Amino acid sequence: MNVNQHTPMASPYGQPPPGYAQPGYSPLDGGYQAPYPSYNGPASAYQPGAPPQGPTRGPPSSAAPPVSAPQPYSQYSQGQGSVQNGPPPMTQAPQRPPVSQPYHQGAVNMSGPPQSSYPQHYGPPPTIQQVSNQMGGMQINAGPPTAARPGYAPPHSAPPPASTPYTAAPPSYSQAPPSFSHAPLPVSSAPTQPPLPPPSNAPPTAPPSTQQQQYYGGPTPAQQPYPSSIPPTSQPQFTSAPPQQLPPQPQFTTAPPQQPPPPSQPHFTSTHPQPPQPQSYPPSSYSGPTQPPPPQVSQALQQQPPSFQSPPLSQQPFSSASTAPPPAGPPGYAPGQSPRPPPATQGQFPPPPTSQPGAFPPTSTQSGQFLSGPMPPLPPQSQTQPPHPQSQSQPSPYHSGPQMPPMSMQQSNHMPPSSQGPPPPMGPPGPLQQQQQQQQQQQPPPPQPGMPAGYPPQQNGAYGQVRGPQPGYPGPYSGPQNYGGPAQAPGPAAQKRLDPDAIPSPIQVIEDDKAKSTEPFTTGVRGQAPPLVTTTFSVRDQGNASPRFVRCTAYNMPCTADMAKQSQVPLAAVIKPLAILPPDETPPYVVDHGEPGPIRCNRCKAYMCPYMQFIEGGRRFQCGFCSCVTEVPPHYFQHLDHTGKRVDCYDRPELSLGSYEFLATVDYCKNNKLPQPPAFIFLIDVSYNAVKSGMVNIVCQELKTLLDYLPRENPEADSVVRVGFVTYNKVLHFYNVKGSLAQPQMLVVSDVSDMFVPLLDGFLVNVNESRQVIESLLDQIPDMFADTRETETVFGPVIQAGLEALKAADCAGKLFIFHTSLPIAEAPGKLKNREDKKLVGTDKEKSLFQPQGSFYNTLAKDCVAQGCCVDLFLFPNQYVDMTTLGVVPVSTGGSVYKYTYFQAATDQERFLNDLRRDVEKPMGFDAVMRVRTSTGIRATDFFGSFFMSNTTDVELAGLDCDKAITVEFKHDDKLSEDTGALMQCAVLYTSCSGQRRLRVHNMAVNCCSQLADLYRNCETDTIINYFSKFAFRGVLNHPTKTVRDTLVNQCAQILACYRKNCASPSSAGQLILPECMKLLPVYLNCVLKSDVLLPAADVSLDDRAYLRQFISSMDVTETHVFFYPQLLPLTNLDSSSLPVAIRASEERLSKGGVYILETGLHLFLWVGASVQQELLQNLFGTPSFSQIDASMTSLPVLDNPFSKRLREIISNFRAQRPRYMKLMVVKQEDHSELIFRHFLVEDKSASGGASYVDFLCHMHKEIRQLLS
Amino acid sequence: MTTYQEFIQQNEDRDGVRFSWNLWPSSRLEATRLVVPVSCLFTPLKERPDLPPVQYEPVLCSRANCKAQVDFRAKIWACNFCFQRNPFPPSYAGISEVNQPAELMPQFSTIEYIVQRGPTAPLIFLYVVDTCLEEEDLQALKESLQMSLSLLPPNALVGLITFGRMVQVHELSCEGIAKSYVFRGTKDLNSKQIQEMLGLTKPTAQGQPGRPAAPQDAASTCRFLQPVHRVDMNLTDLLGELQRDPWPVPQGKRPLRSTGVALSVAVGLLEGTFPNTGARVMLFIGGPPTQGPGMVVGDELKTPIRSWHDIQKDNARHLKKATKYYEALANRSAVNGHSIDIYACALDQTGLLEMKCLSNLTGGHIVMGDSFNTSLFKQTFQRVFSKDLNGDFRMAFGGVLEVKTSRELKVSGAIGPCVSLNAKGSCVSENEMGIGGTTQWKVCGLNPSTTLGLYFEVVNQHNAPIPQGGRGAIQFVTQYQHSNTQRRIRVTTIARNWADAQSQIQLIESSFDQEAAAVLMARLGVFRAESEEGPDVLRWLDRQLIRLFMFHLRRSPFLQVFNNSPDESSYYRHHFVRQDLTQSLIMIQPILYSYSFYGPPEPVLLDSGSILPDKILLMDTFFQLVIYHGETIAQWRKAGYQDMAEYENFKQLLQAPLDDAQEILQTRFPMPRYVDTEHGGSQARFLLSKVNPSQTHNNLYAWGQETGAPILTDDVSLQVFMDHLKKLAVSTFF
Repeated sequence: MNVNQHTPMASPYGQPPPGYAQPGYSPLDGGYQAPYPSYNGPASAYQPGAPPQGPTRGPPSSAAPPVSAPQPYSQYSQGQGSVQNGPPPMTQAPQRPPVSQPYHQGAVNMSGPPQSSYPQHYGPPPTIQQVSNQMGGMQINAGPPTAARPGYAPPHSAPPPASTPYTAAPPSYSQAPPSFSHAPLPVSSAPTQPPLPPPSNAPPTAPPSTQQQQYYGGPTPAQQPYPSSIPPTSQPQFTSAPPQQLPPQPQFTTAPPQQPPPPSQPHFTSTHPQPPQPQSYPPSSYSGPTQPPPPQVSQALQQQPPSFQSPPLSQQPFSSASTAPPPAGPPGYAPGQSPRPPPATQGQFPPPPTSQPGAFPPTSTQSGQFLSGPMPPLPPQSQTQPPHPQSQSQPSPYHSGPQMPPMSMQQSNHMPPSSQGPPPPMGPPGPLQQQQQQQQQQQPPPPQPGMPAGYPPQQNGAYGQVRGPQPGYPGPYSGPQNYGGPAQAPGPAAQKRLDPDAIPSPIQVIEDDKAKSTEPFTTGVRGQAPPLVTTTFSVRDQGNASPRFVRCTAYNMPCTADMAKQSQVPLAAVIKPLAILPPDETPPYVVDHGEPGPIRCNRCKAYMCPYMQFIEGGRRFQCGFCSCVTEVPPHYFQHLDHTGKRVDCYDRPELSLGSYEFLATVDYCKNNKLPQPPAFIFLIDVSYNAVKSGMVNIVCQELKTLLDYLPRENPEADSVVRVGFVTYNKVLHFYNVKGSLAQPQMLVVSDVSDMFVPLLDGFLVNVNESRQVIESLLDQIPDMFADTRETETVFGPVIQAGLEALKAADCAGKLFIFHTSLPIAEAPGKLKNREDKKLVGTDKEKSLFQPQGSFYNTLAKDCVAQGCCVDLFLFPNQYVDMTTLGVVPVSTGGSVYKYTYFQAATDQERFLNDLRRDVEKPMGFDAVMRVRTSTGIRATDFFGSFFMSNTTDVELAGLDCDKAITVEFKHDDKLSEDTGALMQCAVLYTSCSGQRRLRVHNMAVNCCSQLADLYRNCETDTIINYFSKFAFRGVLNHPTKTVRDTLVNQCAQILACYRKNCASPSSAGQLILPECMKLLPVYLNCVLKSDVLLPAADVSLDDRAYLRQFISSMDVTETHVFFYPQLLPLTNLDSSSLPVAIRASEERLSKGGVYILETGLHLFLWVGASVQQELLQNLFGTPSFSQIDASMTSLPVLDNPFSKRLREIISNFRAQRPRYMKLMVVKQEDHSELIFRHFLVEDKSASGGASYVDFLCHMHKEIRQLLS
Repeated sequence: MTTYQEFIQQNEDRDGVRFSWNLWPSSRLEATRLVVPVSCLFTPLKERPDLPPVQYEPVLCSRANCKAQVDFRAKIWACNFCFQRNPFPPSYAGISEVNQPAELMPQFSTIEYIVQRGPTAPLIFLYVVDTCLEEEDLQALKESLQMSLSLLPPNALVGLITFGRMVQVHELSCEGIAKSYVFRGTKDLNSKQIQEMLGLTKPTAQGQPGRPAAPQDAASTCRFLQPVHRVDMNLTDLLGELQRDPWPVPQGKRPLRSTGVALSVAVGLLEGTFPNTGARVMLFIGGPPTQGPGMVVGDELKTPIRSWHDIQKDNARHLKKATKYYEALANRSAVNGHSIDIYACALDQTGLLEMKCLSNLTGGHIVMGDSFNTSLFKQTFQRVFSKDLNGDFRMAFGGVLEVKTSRELKVSGAIGPCVSLNAKGSCVSENEMGIGGTTQWKVCGLNPSTTLGLYFEVVNQHNAPIPQGGRGAIQFVTQYQHSNTQRRIRVTTIARNWADAQSQIQLIESSFDQEAAAVLMARLGVFRAESEEGPDVLRWLDRQLIRLFMFHLRRSPFLQVFNNSPDESSYYRHHFVRQDLTQSLIMIQPILYSYSFYGPPEPVLLDSGSILPDKILLMDTFFQLVIYHGETIAQWRKAGYQDMAEYENFKQLLQAPLDDAQEILQTRFPMPRYVDTEHGGSQARFLLSKVNPSQTHNNLYAWGQETGAPILTDDVSLQVFMDHLKKLAVSTFF
C-alpha cells in the first residue's frame, strides 16, 4: 500500500494509464475505495471499490491506480484501511493474513524500492496493475475515498475474479499487455478511468508488477509468515503498534478475521471512508479476491517474500515462517497488510486497471496467477525496469513466485514487477498478492480470522514485540532492507516500496488515542502516560503536574544507568511552566505562606509537595527527593491521620496537587527588594524599508489599540505594565510621553557606540495617564519618517537602549523590536553579510549557525541579568543574519517572528495577530527555573530559549505561556522501583502585576528494571521533541550530516534494543517496533528532513536559523504538528468534529478534493484540479478552478455551511497555535504546489529527504546491522 | 591743548585711548627706568555717535607686509609706518586742499569703514541651559530666556541646548513633536563626532557628488539654529515646557551636571555650521559641573568644592584637568570667533575658576549671582541685549585688533579679553607683557566698554636719538562684525612726541597719567596673579609701585583671595581686565559717598572714620552697591520719621542715595549687587571689608570714640601701610 501510495501514482499513472488507467484506473479513481475493497478481499474490495472509485476518482491517478489499486488496495485497504480508513478492521482481518505476509513484503518493499522505485515502477508498465493498485492506493490516500477507491473498486470488483485475473493480469502486468488486456477488459467497466490509470498503469504496471511482486512476495511471505506466525507479527506489529491504529491490519487480523470478507469492503469503507466503494467492492472483491488471494498470496508471498522481504523482515519472517520465499511473501504482505497492501494493490493494480477486474480474476488465480501471469509479463516490464533485477526476480517470484524464479523469491519477483511497473508493481503486486493472498487468506480463513489468528499472536508480541513480529512491520522493514537493497537498485525500489498503508500510520495512532481517551486524565497514578498531544482530553490534577505543563519521554524510567544506556531512550521532560490551561481546568492555586515563605527541605531545598512524607506525628517531614528530614515550622504543623497523611492534606494545594504557586517573599527578590511592575518597550525601525513596506504605519496604528490589552492578572484592573517607545534607523529616537506634556518629545541619541538612555521620567509611562500623548506620538511617527532616505540600521544599540531603560527604571520587562535589515551602520553589533550558501553541506556549515562575534552573547547575558526579554519582529527583504540577530531573543526567553518580504496587504493580518498575541499573552519576567530530582538522576541538559550562567539554574529574562524547556536527565545513581523517580520544577518569576512568585510543578514517574517496561511507557512525541532540539543544537558544533547520522543511530539503537530484549523471538528480518514507538521512524524522518538538517536549495540561511531557534522553545504539541503536519480532507464538513486527518503524502490527495494542511507555522488550502464546481462555488465563490485567486490569504465570506464551517475550522486552527498562520491557497499543479509538497512529509522531499517508506527500510537495515 | 588733563580727556573721548605716558622717552634705557612702561588702555569700540562710518574701503599701504591704512599727505603719500611711498587710488583723484577725504582730517584720527565684501551672516545666539535647578530658579530663567527672544533681531539665529545628566540639542524647525538630540554627559566627543551625531556632516563627505551641498547644509544647520522670527513661538513653547532634569538625585548627592559636554557640543555645533561668524554661546548654570569632562567636583555632597586652601595645598583634584579642558574649548571657540558668556547663579561656587577662560579668551561675559530669580540676573541679562542710539546691539563679534607701530616702538603684549593670533611682524617685541608675541589679537566679543591694556617697548637705542619734534605713531586697526551684521573696520591712529628723558624728564613726568598707569599696572598684576602664586605678585607689585592705589589694590579681591572663593576671584578678575579706566578705578578703590543733613552728598575717604551714625553712606565697588545707614539714621528710619510730613527732609535724605544708586544700577554691566543695610546689619560687612581700617579693635581707644566705627580686622590700615612704604621707598629707591 504504502508503496503504492508513495508511488505518487500520478506520474506512474499517467504513464501506465493507457492500459491500466483506462480500465483499471478509471475505476480506480473511484478506485481508492476500490483499492480498499480490494484490500479487504482484494477481489471483493476491488469490485466494490471499482465501481465507486471509477466514477469519482476516475480522473487522476485513480484511474491507473484502480487497476493496480484494487489489488493493492486490497492489500492496502487492509493496510491502509487499517491505517487510514476506518475499515481497517475489515481489511485488517483480511489483510492480516496477508498482512503478515504483506508486512514482510511490505518490509521488503520498504527496504528496497520503496520510494523511488515506486514511482518508477509505476511508471513502467506491468505495474499497470500494480500501478493501478498503487494508483489506487495513491488516490486512496489522496482522496482516499473517492477516485482511487473507485478505481480500486473496479479492481476490487475485479479482484475477486481478479484474483484469477490478477494472476492472469499480473502476468499481463509483467507482460503488461496481457494483464492490461485483462485488466482492461475487466476494467473496461472502469475503462473511463482506465485511460488515466493506464498511463500510470502502464508505467506503474511495471512497477506495480514489482510491487505486486513484492506484494506478492509479501503476500506469500505473509502466508508463510502467517504460518510462521510472522504474518501475525506483521499484523500484530501493525496492529499492536497500531493494532488499533495500524490496526487495520492488526485489527484486521483480530477483528477482521471475523469480518474477513466483509472487512475487505468494510475496510475500504471504513478506512477510506469510501463506504460506497467498499460496498461495491465488497461484493465482488470480497468474494473474488478473498478467495483467490489466499492462494495467490500464499504463493506470491512465498515467492516474493523470500526475495524481497528477505532483505527486510519479511525475509526473516518468511524464512522463519516458511522458508525464504514465504518470508518474502510475508514482507510483502506485511506491507500489504500494513495497509499498504498497495503492494498488494499493485498486484491488484495490475488487475485494477482493467486488470483489476482481471486482477480479480487473477485473484482467483490470484497471486498465483498474477504472479505467474505477471511474472511473464513482468519480464517484459522487467525489461523496462530491468534495472530492478529484483523487480524482475521479484516479479517472477511473485507472480510465478515461481515465475519470478530468476530472482530470489519475492525480491526477484518484486523486482521484476518493479522493473516493469517498477515500484508500483512491486508494491502493488505485493499488495495485490498480499491482498489477494490476504483476501484469499481472509476469505478462506475468513481472512481476518485467519489473519487474526496468526496476527494476534504477533500482535501480542507486537505490542511488546508484537509489532516487530507483525508482518506488516517486517514487511516495511524488509523494505528497509530493500533500502539497503535500494542501494542495490531500482529494482529494489519497487520491492522497497512497502505498502504505505502497511507501515505504521501516524493518523491511525492519533485516531486510536483519541478514541481511547474519553475519560479525564488523572495525574495521580505514578508512571501513567498521558494521552497524546493530538488528543483532546481534560486533566485532573491529583498530585502530578498536568501533561500540559510537563511531558516526559518515558514514564517508566530505567532504574540504572546501564539500562538507560542500553536502551538509548532519552530521558527527558518537556516543561512548559506557564502553560495556559483550558477554561475548564483551574490554574495553579497561589499559596501564601506569609512572612516565612515557602516550606522547603533543608538539604536539597525542594519545595513542599505531595512527595514529602510527614513523620513523627507531623513534627517533621522527610524529603522525597533527598530523604533529608526537616522540622516542620510551628505555624505549619498539623496532625496526621491514621494513614500518615496530614489532616489538612486536601486543604493545601502544595500537599495534594502537582502544580501550584507560592507567593515569594522578599528573600526571593533581586537585591532583596520587591520588584517593580514590568515594562514593555516598543522599538520600531523607521528606516526606508520599514516605512516603505508599511510596517511602521501598521505597528503604530495597531499599538494604539493594543495598549489596552497589556497583560494583567485581574481582568478588572488596568494593567500596571508601563510602556515606552523608541524608533531608530542609524540613530535612536526616544520619546518622552509624559502625561503632562501637550506633545510628545523626541530625543535623538546618535551616540550609538555607547548607548544610554536619555531620559527617565516620561519614557516609561502608564498608558492611561499618557494616553493622549501616546496616541499623538503614534499618529505622528509614520508622518515624521515618511520621507526618510535612511537605509542603514543599527541593532545592537537598540537592544542596549531598551536594556538601559529597564536598568534605569530598575524593573524587568520586554522589548518589542520591529526590525527590517542587516545592521550595517557603524555601531556595536554591526554585522557583515556572510550569506554563503556554498557552505551548506560542508563541515563549515555549522558556522552558519554560530553568531558573528561575541557581542550579542555578551549583550544577552546583560539582558538576562536585568530581566530584559527581547521579542524580535523581523521584516527582511534580504539576508539579515538571523543567526546573530536571534541570539538575544533566544537567550532571553523571547520570540522571533519573521515576515520575509513583508507586504502590508497580505501579511498584515498575520503580523498583527502575532503581535496582539505576543503583547497580550501572560508571561513572567526575570525568571529562574530549577529542576530538582530524586537522588539517582539529575537534570543534566536543558534545551530552550534561555540563558544559563551555571549548570543548574535556567535563567529566563522572560517566560511566556508558549515557551517550553526540554530537560534531559541522566543517572548518577540507581533509582528504586519502589519510590520511582521524582522531579520538581520550580520557577521563580515576576508576574505581570509585579508580584514575585514561585510556580512549582511536580512529577513522579515509575522506575523499572525490565526494559520491556520502559518500552511500554514511552511517549514518542516527546522523544521527538527532545531529538529535534538535541539535533538542532547539535548543528552548532557538528556538520549536519553527523547530526543526522547520530539521530538515526540513536533511533536504531533504541529500536534494536527493543528488538533484542523485548520482542518475542522472531525472524531476525522482521522489523519489530515497540507499540508506543512505532511512529518513531516516521517522525524522526520528518526531523531529519527538516529544513535545518536537510535544507532544500531554496531555503535561505535565515530561514534555517529561524526555524532552528524557533523550535528550541517549542512544546510537544507544536513540534508534533510542525514535524508531522496535519492534513485534513475537506470533503465532508457536516459534523461538528474535524474530519479525520490523512497522512501527509501526495498520493493521499485526490484531484477532486480540497485539503487543508497546517504545521503550526503554515496553513495551506490545497485545491485539486478537478474539484467540483459546487464546492468551488461554496468555497471561493467562483465556479472555475482557474479563477481561484491563489494569492488570497483569507477565504471569502460566503453564506453557505461549507464555507462557514471551513472558516471556522481555520480560525480554530489559528487559535490553537502560538503563531498566526497565513492561509495560502495552493492550486494543484500551480507552482506554489512545490512549497506545499514540502510539507507532505511522508514523501520523498525535494532536498533528498527519504520518504517514509524508504526511511523505514533504512532504519530496518540499521537495526539489523546492530542486531547482527 | 591746554593741560594734560584735558588732553588726556580729549584723547580718550575721541580715540578711546589712555596712555600711561603722553610723552615718550626716546630711548630704551630711559624707558626702562621709568618703571611704568609705555602702555595704554584702548577701547576699540568706544561709542562715537558723532563719528559716521565711511562707506568705502580704506586705502592700504602697498607694501605687502605692511598693509597699513595710512594718513594721507599728498597725492603721493608716505606710509607712516614703513615709509613706503604710495600713490592715491583713482577714487581719490579729486583730492585737494579743500576736499580732503576724512582720513586726512585731524579730527578723524579714528575712522570707521564699512566693508562691503563678503557675505553677511546673521547674529547667532546659542542658549546652553542647565536644567538641574530649583523649580523656582528654572522658572525664572525660562522667563528670562523667553523675554530675551523678544529682544533679538528677527533675523538672528537662535539655538537651544539644555543639559543636566544628559545634554540635549533641541531641533527647532520641527512641527508637532519636539525633537532633540541627546548626548551622554560623561563622554568627551570631538568636533567631528558631534557634527556626525547631529547629522551635520557635509554631504560631500559621504561622497554624493550629485547633490549640491548648499541646500543640504542649510537645511541641516537650520534644524538647530533658526531665525528668531520663524521659531519664536516654537521656542517659547519649548522653553515653557522645559522640565527640571528628570533624573533622580539621591540623598547626599549633587545633581549630575554635564556642563563640559554641553559646552563641547555647543562649540562643536557652531564650529561645524558657522565658523568665523559672530555667535554668542550663553551658558546658564546653577551649579558646578559634576560629571564628564570638565567636571569640577564629584557628585558626593560630602566632598566640598575646592577652596583656595585646597588649591594651595594642591588638593583640588579636578582643577587642572577641568581648566585644561575648558581652555581647549575656549581656544577652539576663539578661533572660530564665537564668544561664550557664563551666567552663573548659585549660592555656592559653580566652577568659574575653571571655566573663566571660556569668557576671558572669547570676550564673553561672566555674570555671577545667587539665583536666577533675582533682579541682579534678570536685569543684567536684559542689559546684554541693550541697544545703542542707532538701535543696534552694543555688541560686536569676531573682532581682530591689529596694532602697528612706528619703528621706534614695539608691541609687548595685550591684556584683556583676547587671544593671540600669533601674527609675527617687525613690531613685535621680544619682551612679553600680557599676551604677547603678536601684533594681532582676536577679541571674539566686544562691546563699547571693552578695554584692552596694551604694552609697548621703546626700542630706540640711546645712541640713535630722535630728532626734536619727532613723533611716534601707533595705529590700531580693529576689524569686527557689527551687530547689524556689517563688517567694519575701525582705524585709530595715535601720535605722541618723543622726549629725551635726560633733558626733558620734567615734561615726561608731567605727562604721566596716574590713573591709567594704575590700572595698567593693576592689570599686569592681575595677569600675573592668574598665573603665579599670590604673594609673589604682591611682592612684585610692591617693588613696582608706590602709589595710593596700591593700598587698595593689595586689599582688593583681584589680588587678595582671602575671603573670596576661587570663583569670586575669577569673576572679579574677569571684569577687571576688560572694563574701561573709570570702572577699573572704581574696582580698585571703591567710591564712598556720604549723605547727611549737613550738605550735599560728598565723596569721603574710604576709611572707617567715614562711618558715622548720622550719615548715610553709598559705596560703589563696581560689583556691589551698598547703602549704609548710620546708627542714628537707622533708628530714625525704624521709628518711621520719614513717613511723617514734618520730616519730609528726612525722607528726602533717605531717598537721595537710593536715587543715586539707581542711576548707577541703570548703567552698569553687570549689574552690581545692591545692598541696603544699616549699622550693625549683617550686610554691613560689605562696607566694612572695604574701608581702610584706620580704627580697629586694636587702636580703638587710641583714636577716641567720637568718630567712625571700628573694624574688627588684623589688616593694616593705610597709615601703617604708608609708613611702611615710606621706609621701604627711602631705603630701596632713593
